[in-house]
Amino acid sequence: MIESLLLHLDTLLLYLFAGGALAGAVLMLVLRQPMRVALALISTMISLGAIYGLLGVHFIAAFQVLIYVGAVMVFMVYAIMLLDVRDPSFTRRFSRLLVPGIAGAVLLLGVLVYAAWENLPAVSRATGAATFGLQQFSAVFLNEYWLHFELISVLLVAAVVAAVAVIKVNQGERG
Amino acid sequence: MDKLQLLLSVSMALFALGLLGVIVRRNVLIMLMCMELMLNGVNLSLVSFAQRMDSMSGAVLVFLIFVVAAAEIALAIPIVLLLARRKRTLDLGAYADLKG
Repeated sequence: MIESLLLHLDTLLLYLFAGGALAGAVLMLVLRQPMRVALALISTMISLGAIYGLLGVHFIAAFQVLIYVGAVMVFMVYAIMLLDVRDPSFTRRFSRLLVPGIAGAVLLLGVLVYAAWENLPAVSRATGAATFGLQQFSAVFLNEYWLHFELISVLLVAAVVAAVAVIKVNQGERG
Repeated sequence: MDKLQLLLSVSMALFALGLLGVIVRRNVLIMLMCMELMLNGVNLSLVSFAQRMDSMSGAVLVFLIFVVAAAEIALAIPIVLLLARRKRTLDLGAYADLKG
């Protein structure tokens, strides 16, 4: 009993974290307070990081926790605390697009799952976690994708300049 | 059930739930968070495909999506702050005069 449980432990953990991620996503839709929604999203992201770790891509799991939970969501939580005004979006959570939105989402999910299950790619070879180290990633990233790396740096500079410009424009209008 | 099928179903469910959240919620910050949820679903599908095909390109794309998400949030949060300061609310109904 214990041995068979330990044998399938990673599969069990995969199901557990997949369920956790889905539960967090559903909670995001129904919770009222933005801070609770943010905490549900953080739990979803941590579950996804655990799934990445179980799949053997450890550096992506680390980046998931560092960048998403550590940077993006902390920024979001700051914004929520800054803007804690009691407004109508707290009492009336859903817009009037609720029913068509649910119908569209169910339709989209059905089409996506059907399309993906119809043409699954075959297993190329024994999917080894050993080929997914940081070393291989770095070699591929800086040899084949160096142009994307440079473009991303340009994008980051543009985002910083744009954020400063948004603040400046608003100050100019006020003062 | 195959592991890839499970992971793909989860990623598509996350994407659909995020899209649903962007459509039905009224709070601007919650809409932004649902967009992050959509990006996370795409990331999960990329990682599982990369593992199945045994190629590194999916992992590189996931890395690029991380950076794009950080840039997106760094730009979206100041805009939301300015909107909230101007309209005194986070409710989307108050921003109806933004439509062209």
